[in-house]
Amino acid sequence: MVYYYFVCQRKLWFFSRHYTMEDNSELVSMGKLIDETSYKREKKNILIDEEINIDFLKDWKVIHEVKKSRKVNEASKWQLKYYIWLLRNKGVEIEKGVLDYPLLRKREDVFVSEKDGKDLNEILDKIDEIRSLKIPPVISTKGICKKCAYYELCYI
Amino acid sequence: MGETFYIFQDGQLKRKDNNIVMSTLSGQKKNLKSEVTDEIYIFGEIETNSKLLNFLSQQKTTMHIFNYYGFYSGSFYPRESNVSGHLLVNQVKKYDNTEERVRIAKEMLKSAAHNIYRNLRYYNGRGTDVESAMKDIQRLIKRLDYCASIHELMGTEGNIRKIYYSTWNAIVKQDIRFEKRKKRPPDNLINSLLSFVNSLIYTTVLSEIYKTQLNPTISYLHEPGTKRFSLSLDIAEIFKPLIGERMIFSLLNKNQITEQDFEKESNYLYLKEAGKKKILIEYDQRLKRTLFHKGLGREVSYRYLIRLECYKLIKDIIDEKQYDGFKIWW
Repeated sequence: MVYYYFVCQRKLWFFSRHYTMEDNSELVSMGKLIDETSYKREKKNILIDEEINIDFLKDWKVIHEVKKSRKVNEASKWQLKYYIWLLRNKGVEIEKGVLDYPLLRKREDVFVSEKDGKDLNEILDKIDEIRSLKIPPVISTKGICKKCAYYELCYI
Repeated sequence: MGETFYIFQDGQLKRKDNNIVMSTLSGQKKNLKSEVTDEIYIFGEIETNSKLLNFLSQQKTTMHIFNYYGFYSGSFYPRESNVSGHLLVNQVKKYDNTEERVRIAKEMLKSAAHNIYRNLRYYNGRGTDVESAMKDIQRLIKRLDYCASIHELMGTEGNIRKIYYSTWNAIVKQDIRFEKRKKRPPDNLINSLLSFVNSLIYTTVLSEIYKTQLNPTISYLHEPGTKRFSLSLDIAEIFKPLIGERMIFSLLNKNQITEQDFEKESNYLYLKEAGKKKILIEYDQRLKRTLFHKGLGREVSYRYLIRLECYKLIKDIIDEKQYDGFKIWW
């Protein structure tokens, strides 16, 4: 949800009400494939509180998130920050997060500052606001819409 | 977008590892590429097992079954995987609100009638005089606007179809006497073709609805959930003229389908296998045909037009945008 908040608030609304379109998307299938074929040795896809799904964890200290490209880097960072923050609030001493880009052979460290924590509280409030809207937020035209699985639903 | 398999042969259809394998009585085997298969149509006699059905459900593949005579028997519709309680509640609310229901049903019929009109206009421009029928239909389309109930709408639609069918003898160049639509059982070649092709459209629409969160039993034009997935009937109404009827005219006028494709003794009720195959090949090609969608700024297939219709309904149901039915625009 935190991820969608940064990517597209309309998508957040649809997704929160289970209007999922991901099945129809080749890009999403691609993501799944990357997930299945990379980091096979690690303990993967840890679901916590039915709320967050961590790509993989190392010793309950480092959280990894696997992405295909850096296009929505900002959103990915916040997603990871949220995971770290959530687990810390549950008393798990997470040191840092890592964004992995297996296709680019790159990784990036992510840390959570005190200010990030405050921001996250505000973000979560705003997410609740969006979720409770009667109709989805209006489209804010962006370049990324063209590749989105929700494109046709939004623009028809 | 996935593929569709049409199986005519008799044999076994089973899961083999993570694939679907068809083996015929003569020992031939064929792998259906399960990852890319969206739909399977069964026309032959198939033995199968629950393992396959479980697998189809997992892969979200719908399977449509036709009986020996080529009539639609039913579908294996896998467990709903796209469920939105929010949409379901609102889909029912729309149905329950008479004013809203009539508005949606009316828009569906206006679209269907517009598409019928466009078919006539096409043939009128090519030397078949159907001008008076066109005028009558135009008049009835206007009357649709004043219908206040589903009952009235259905009545007017019936009249539009009656006029439409009355032109078929002129449109179809083969010498077939087609008086009126008869279903159970169809009494001549054109009625048989219509029944077969309409059932194909029905199943295609059903497969597309399955890919959305819409519930196929809650409909607006037809009464919900009686015997069939009635939302499928609603949406099929809009696409029959474009996908089905244009194809029937073309198949008959190019003599691709003739009396030879039917068992004469069956009073043209029974389509031979070769006939069914010809129709399916043509049907499949038509679904894949693409055109440029101005609103979306991209190419879409005829099949995808059906999905877009589902999306438009969803947007109406959640009160985001009023439903504007598909009308042939080219």
